[in-house]
Amino acid sequence: MDIKREDIKHLAELSEFSLSEKEIDSLQGDLKGIIGYISQLDELDTDNVEPTYQVFEMENVWRDDEILPQEADREALLALTKETKDNQIKVPKVL
Amino acid sequence: MKIANKKVTAERLVKDALAKAKHFEDYHIFTFIDEEGALKRAREIDAKIAKGEDVGRLAGVPYALKDNFLSPRGETTASAHILEGFTAPVTATSVKKLEDEGAIMIGRTNLDAFAHGSSTENSYFGPTLNSHDRERVAGGSSGGSAVAVALDIVEFATGTDTGGSIRQPASFNGIYGLKPTYGTISRYGVVAMASSTDCIGFFTKTPEDMDLLMSVASGQDPKDMTTLPDYYNTEAGAKSDNSRLAPSRPSLRGSGAHSAPVVADGLESSDSCTRTIGIIKEFDNESVHPEIRRALKEKCELLKKKGHEIVELEMPALKYGLAAYYILVPAEVASNLSRHDGVRYGFRSDKAVDVDSMYGETRSEGFMPENKRRIMIGNFVLSSGFYDAYFLKAAKARTLIVEEYAKAFSKCDFILTPVSPNPAFKLGEKVDDPVAMYLEDVMSVSLNLAGVPGLAIPAGETPEGISLGLQLVGPRRSDKALLEFAKELE
Repeated sequence: MDIKREDIKHLAELSEFSLSEKEIDSLQGDLKGIIGYISQLDELDTDNVEPTYQVFEMENVWRDDEILPQEADREALLALTKETKDNQIKVPKVL
Repeated sequence: MKIANKKVTAERLVKDALAKAKHFEDYHIFTFIDEEGALKRAREIDAKIAKGEDVGRLAGVPYALKDNFLSPRGETTASAHILEGFTAPVTATSVKKLEDEGAIMIGRTNLDAFAHGSSTENSYFGPTLNSHDRERVAGGSSGGSAVAVALDIVEFATGTDTGGSIRQPASFNGIYGLKPTYGTISRYGVVAMASSTDCIGFFTKTPEDMDLLMSVASGQDPKDMTTLPDYYNTEAGAKSDNSRLAPSRPSLRGSGAHSAPVVADGLESSDSCTRTIGIIKEFDNESVHPEIRRALKEKCELLKKKGHEIVELEMPALKYGLAAYYILVPAEVASNLSRHDGVRYGFRSDKAVDVDSMYGETRSEGFMPENKRRIMIGNFVLSSGFYDAYFLKAAKARTLIVEEYAKAFSKCDFILTPVSPNPAFKLGEKVDDPVAMYLEDVMSVSLNLAGVPGLAIPAGETPEGISLGLQLVGPRRSDKALLEFAKELE
């Protein structure tokens, strides 16, 4: 299928990327090639075949609903971020 | 492997490993070396040995940690710019288990950023060089770990395998690499790539060392709901040397999102030690490097001489495994990597003026080109209008692959196949051509889609001295039997 520059821009938006014009160009070529390759699945007959999303053998692994001690406390987690204020993570303006 | 005792101190073992790491510095194996921390740990273990205390099954054994395992020692970067500066406040369960047995991490190893790649060239820190030929790639994504073991710097190294990332670099460097049955080792504290196929495993120089590591690391973890109850250290697993694998297994067909429980492949007792080994017809053609075909043929002859039977298998759906993989895995990648947004940890771009540009600029600067390709492909195959044609189609293809393996293991005990169609290629040869790079994974990815274990085994060298490897594949939970049988191929 044809992958247009507009398609790349849309996918970049879905992916939260700010791409340069040059990157859009090279990704257009790359994605066209990859989508061309994966499209060969069209050849495979999958009529009446159910999908498999995971291959783990167990279903519904339960645990008790209780609060367990955590390895990392609030202070350790906040220390990982770039900026904090009043014990909260600070980000650039939202609105 | 060499374990520390009263005669050989942990400090000696660690010092030797550190000296070798320094000697091979220009191979770009490590992203971080913890000389001080490793020596401190070694001295603690030596003090315990002197007092006659229990120091564990891996006492003083130096190892290398793939840099996508979380531990507070050194930054966990996954070789990606976006995680630079991230020092994990938690320790991966697998790391904790190894260290509880006395193993000593000397450093973190290079990988393709976020384990996306088959050559370690997609690392933000640059490529790792092949242990046998410095003009060739180390393989990937766990390239640093494979080379650290192949150059004898450490006794073992950790790896992750989502589509071949342990087996392929192991074969590119002439060592053993195991991708266990899905769910054998906890993934808690390991940077997620594709949750339905991600597996933790190891690189070693012998099957015996691998067995020891598996027995240490396997088992259910309340922090990872997709871990199996420990089968590896149970009687059924231990009996593998004189047992025959169950002839059939229930189908996963119709499993859907909420899969019905599937009875594990058990091991049945039998007096015979001879095995039936399947060879995949579709992987024996001109597209496979002649030296790899020769190595496979030689190993088959060796097995026949030892009384094992070789049968040819037809597995036509495997041909579509790669296309299915490069739909399903990017979809999971797009989801798993959406958490890297510059807010809570790691790198945040200085170009951010508002919250949207913080996400966009941070992710654009922080991810490597291959990360971006996979995230965008993932968002493409999941978008409305394309979901049925790509994602759903690939999930159905996955069912056919699972069934094909089930059928194969009704005819044989193990399958012996190449790991990849070519031995280690030249640096730079495929890095700008994503499809050419993906094609190197054509023989490794279907195991991950089916959840079955695969062991890369060394299979000699080409006349030019480039390592060759093959993989031994078994039904689920046959990991111990696989390692046992690998000794037949030495």
